Amino acid sequence: MSTSAAKLHAQNLQAAYGDVQVLWDVSLTVNRGEMVCIVGSNGAGKSTFLRCASGLLGITGGQLLVDGEDMAGALPDAFLRRKIAHVPEGRRLFRAMSVRDNLLMGAYLRHDKAQIRQDLEHVYEIFPILAERRDQYGGTLSGGEQQMCAIGRGIMSRPELLMIDELSLGLAPRAVELLIIALQTIRKSGTAILLIEQDVMTALELTERAYVLDRGRVVKAGVSAVMADDPAIRDAYMGQL
Amino acid sequence: MKHWLWLAAFVAACALVPLFGNNYALRLATIMCLYAGLALSWNFIGGMAGYPSFATAAFFGLGAYVSAVLQAKGVPFVAAWAAAGFAATIFAALIGMAILHLKGHYFAIASLAVVEVLREVVNTAEGLTGGGMGINIPLQGMSADVQARLFFFVMLTMTVVLLAATIIVSTSKLGFGLRCISQNEDAADILGINTTFYKVAAFSLSAFGVAIIGAIYASWVQYIEPPDVFDILYSVKPLVMVLLGGLGTIFGPVIGAVLYLALEELVWRNFLTVHAAVLGALIVALVLFLPNGVGAMFRQWRKRPAVQS
Repeated sequence: MSTSAAKLHAQNLQAAYGDVQVLWDVSLTVNRGEMVCIVGSNGAGKSTFLRCASGLLGITGGQLLVDGEDMAGALPDAFLRRKIAHVPEGRRLFRAMSVRDNLLMGAYLRHDKAQIRQDLEHVYEIFPILAERRDQYGGTLSGGEQQMCAIGRGIMSRPELLMIDELSLGLAPRAVELLIIALQTIRKSGTAILLIEQDVMTALELTERAYVLDRGRVVKAGVSAVMADDPAIRDAYMGQL
Repeated sequence: MKHWLWLAAFVAACALVPLFGNNYALRLATIMCLYAGLALSWNFIGGMAGYPSFATAAFFGLGAYVSAVLQAKGVPFVAAWAAAGFAATIFAALIGMAILHLKGHYFAIASLAVVEVLREVVNTAEGLTGGGMGINIPLQGMSADVQARLFFFVMLTMTVVLLAATIIVSTSKLGFGLRCISQNEDAADILGINTTFYKVAAFSLSAFGVAIIGAIYASWVQYIEPPDVFDILYSVKPLVMVLLGGLGTIFGPVIGAVLYLALEELVWRNFLTVHAAVLGALIVALVLFLPNGVGAMFRQWRKRPAVQS
């Protein structure tokens, strides 16, 4: 079956907030170990898709498969147990909790204590600044450090797919560089990554495949490198270069 | 461990009251335990989970009435109190599932409405509750003196149980989850914490404590009517006490209850006609100057030398 390699597969997925439908017939696949991005303008439904793919929002139609299994009606903990982690937009750290505790919260559903400690050290290796700040409150970190902490928290669940909503939004270029290096490290360990990024150029450079979402529909899908050269994409999302 | 020692000290201090105090002191100590119990109960949902519930008066009245009606039908008082607790727990779980998805002010308003609805229901169900006439709960075969002591110890026991529950919850996975919810519910959701279940659990636990205290109160005063036990002040007072003592802390609610009672006794007596205004001013002053309660003030004061060095 062609879906056996797919970690996440959405088929004609529909989603709505109340009566307002946001996603229409979205079909999207992330294979194991693959790095994929979703680009599109504000309100295109990118974050909504991630909310569906982590169980925060129920789907109203179509299918959502994780490892080939239907996830209809599943709650966030079910998605986490199937190794999908969500790094939400705006980082959403626990402000009055230490960096270390924030990271450990990522392992909330796990019980393998020795392994968790090892994974914590692994996060500190990827983000050395977090090791320095381990006893500081999450709310006292800079934007870039908060994003590192949020990604680190995501890794602490040992995901096979890490979904990151707005990696670089509001961050300094230097911080973004560090984050990108970290993502490549995470990627090398075999974790698939689904990235939402408003900096389209960076997103297409970083990933293998890309989906363009517009007003809740997938209007284009393909190899990132090819898309980066597509005049229509350049016109619509990169401005005049 | 330290918490349990403080708990023991609290019990010892309270247990001395009937030995040395007069009847006035005994009555005051009983009210203090009642307040502390309400504040501790509210702390589960309002302090730990960060959901500003105004439903405390609803659970208080519900507990009082369930117990009173059962006793009127011949159920012994201890069984009636327990039944009141369980009835309120189930009621809170059902209501909680309906309103705990609301946040902030919306949740506060919805929980406030629960009080009004219950009061009206009790008012209209005259056959069962006596309606506006109220209901008598006579306790026979005991002198007034013995009763006063009995209710003090019962109230104290309830406070101790709730304090023990607070210590256990705050060090358990439930307490941890609740603190996560109060800091960032979205993140808690994403990390696989079953937020709905935890919130409903906190709300029900809160209702359980409040309802039993309401039931004991009804037996203590021996006569209840809807405006008395569904008084909105039973919702507001515990909230002020917890803010006073420290939101989401273990002993904060007890400290807040003691301080509040002291204020009520010493200050309000002298401002009888404007005591509601004093309550309002107190809340405003608290939020402005002591958002983390007097406990935090002391902690900061103790920490200060260490920070300077």
